[in-house]
Amino acid sequence: MSREAVRGVGLLVSIGVLGLIVLLSLWIGTKSIPFADTFSLLLADDGTGDAAIVRDVRVPRAVLGLLVGAALGLSGAVMQALTRNPLADPGLLGVNMGAAAAIVSAIAFFGITSPTGYVWFALAGAAGTATAVYVLGAAGRGAATPDRLVLSGAALTAVLYAYVSAILLLFTHTFDSFRFWNVGSLAGRDFELIGQVSPFALPGILIAFLLARNLNVLALGDHTGKALGANVNRTRAFGVLAVTLMAGAATAAAGPIAFVGLTVPHVARMIGGSDQRWVLAYSAVLSPILLLGSDVVGRVIIAPQEMEVGIITAFIGAPVFIALCRRRKLATL
Amino acid sequence: MRTIRTPVVSLRISERALLVSTAIALLTAVAAVATVVTGDFPLTVGEVLATFAGQGDGYADFVVFTLRLPRLVTGLLVGAALALSGAILQSLSRNPLASPDIIGFTQGAATGAIAVLVLAQGSMAATALGATAAGLLTSTAVYLLALKQGVQGFRLVLIGIGVSAVMVAVNSYLITRATLESALAAQTWLVGGLNNRGWDEAQVVALVLAVLLPCALALGRRLALLEMGDSAATGLGVPAERTRLALLAVSVGLAAVATAAAGPISFVALAAPQVARRLTGASGPGLAASALTGGLLLVVSDFAVQRLFPTTQLPVGIATGAIGGLYLVWLLAHEWRKGSTT
Repeated sequence: MSREAVRGVGLLVSIGVLGLIVLLSLWIGTKSIPFADTFSLLLADDGTGDAAIVRDVRVPRAVLGLLVGAALGLSGAVMQALTRNPLADPGLLGVNMGAAAAIVSAIAFFGITSPTGYVWFALAGAAGTATAVYVLGAAGRGAATPDRLVLSGAALTAVLYAYVSAILLLFTHTFDSFRFWNVGSLAGRDFELIGQVSPFALPGILIAFLLARNLNVLALGDHTGKALGANVNRTRAFGVLAVTLMAGAATAAAGPIAFVGLTVPHVARMIGGSDQRWVLAYSAVLSPILLLGSDVVGRVIIAPQEMEVGIITAFIGAPVFIALCRRRKLATL
Repeated sequence: MRTIRTPVVSLRISERALLVSTAIALLTAVAAVATVVTGDFPLTVGEVLATFAGQGDGYADFVVFTLRLPRLVTGLLVGAALALSGAILQSLSRNPLASPDIIGFTQGAATGAIAVLVLAQGSMAATALGATAAGLLTSTAVYLLALKQGVQGFRLVLIGIGVSAVMVAVNSYLITRATLESALAAQTWLVGGLNNRGWDEAQVVALVLAVLLPCALALGRRLALLEMGDSAATGLGVPAERTRLALLAVSVGLAAVATAAAGPISFVALAAPQVARRLTGASGPGLAASALTGGLLLVVSDFAVQRLFPTTQLPVGIATGAIGGLYLVWLLAHEWRKGSTT
């Protein structure tokens, strides 16, 4: 088989695995419901408590896992392609810290403590910060080097971190709510929340895929890219827009889950090579596998309690990631 | 650039770097004097000098030697140590985002400290010990995991990300399961502070710096050669692998002692080398200027939290993030207005 064919088959297998994990996430939970019943309840609501659990709790959770997972993986892949920095994650655009700063303010000054209440604050904070980082790092007369973007992100993140820390230490009740948001979790989310974040996440995902070819050109460096006729600045602007939409929506919905966006694109690159089209496709499929799979594990590992998905992704993902880094020949960015 | 030749050594010194470093040192001195004379019990410079000469009254003696000076010295040294550590790592990994995080040190140390605070309600000394031990263990693990016919910079960075992620997960777990009180203690430690630091901390940091600072400066020239790539460095007579290990060890040692004394003060290791590099216009690692900048950043930040918010006892880590971050933002904005390309 040619290399492309192997990658294609691999992608199909990954999609199959993802399908299985979605089924598992509908079936497995604190309340044990027989496998066959789960799916008859899915098709027809018989008005029992089990039906409510499957239809109103597990289905939205699985849908959100897919959406957040794909958004996190893709935003990480785009971010690393834009900055050519392996340490770059969506959080570097200030998205996570901007959302955190807005949510801390929401808890401290408006007394809001529910995921659906957090959403608008998180989205606004993420968008505002990402715009500021972009203006600082990529606008102006001078050439916008990837390092400038990255440093601007780090600088603004530090300022916001200071604000968040100060509020948390001064208002202890805020810290009590914030620490649970900050772990990252898919629990207790409903269809309303999905409706709130998908108008942001889905366009972001679309832009990311449309950008794939341009990102390939950008990987050659700004000068070569320009020489080949690519509009480097436009690619960067749309890239930042896509990352902000996706990562902002994901963070608003599930809290800051940094690990997925940071590492899955590296794994996707090990499989897909340097072609961003494969990297994006694999990131979009592997990330929900990790996220939703971890969510399922989190429901059973300390049952009847639940472990937050943000914790499990690192515990499951990191050893695999480290092993892959040792095994494979690493492709630098 | 000017070359100074004496019979024993010859040095190449950039005039701009020398000028900038002198200016930073002077600013630090001004901030230090301001820290010692102001506060709830204001003193005049004359009173402070008298105390130094051993002629101050008991009250001024206490304020200067027990309250203000040890904290000032600890801050200065911790800032220098963190900045130096960051400068070495940024140069080694050729990545402006590098700080002791990338080798897993910061998150490992945090796990140690949080575990001691949350599981055992440990004292300040126990917390420092737990943080140092866990941080060193984590860094060693990262290095060993990345070791494969030599350590490739890129692999080191990726494995650092992976190991740090596990540590972050452990930290989140501990913080969400702890009582609010222990969780708050952990959060305060995580921000990093200098409250209630005395001569014990200052002494430890000073001793370690006295050993590691000359090592770092001596290795600095090799570091500049390593930036050109392993093969170029080897060709110029620098044993790449051994030098890298030595530099990593120095850098982790510096981060360890700083973290033990003051917690993982945010952003100093990342920002100070970047600010120093932009001010001196140097192309190389610029270790001395970075260390001076780090010291200044911490002294000014601590002055700010102590005097602007005297009643709240905010930790200094908040001010380093705010001041360092805003200053870096200003530097970057200034650069793009000038249209320079660096």
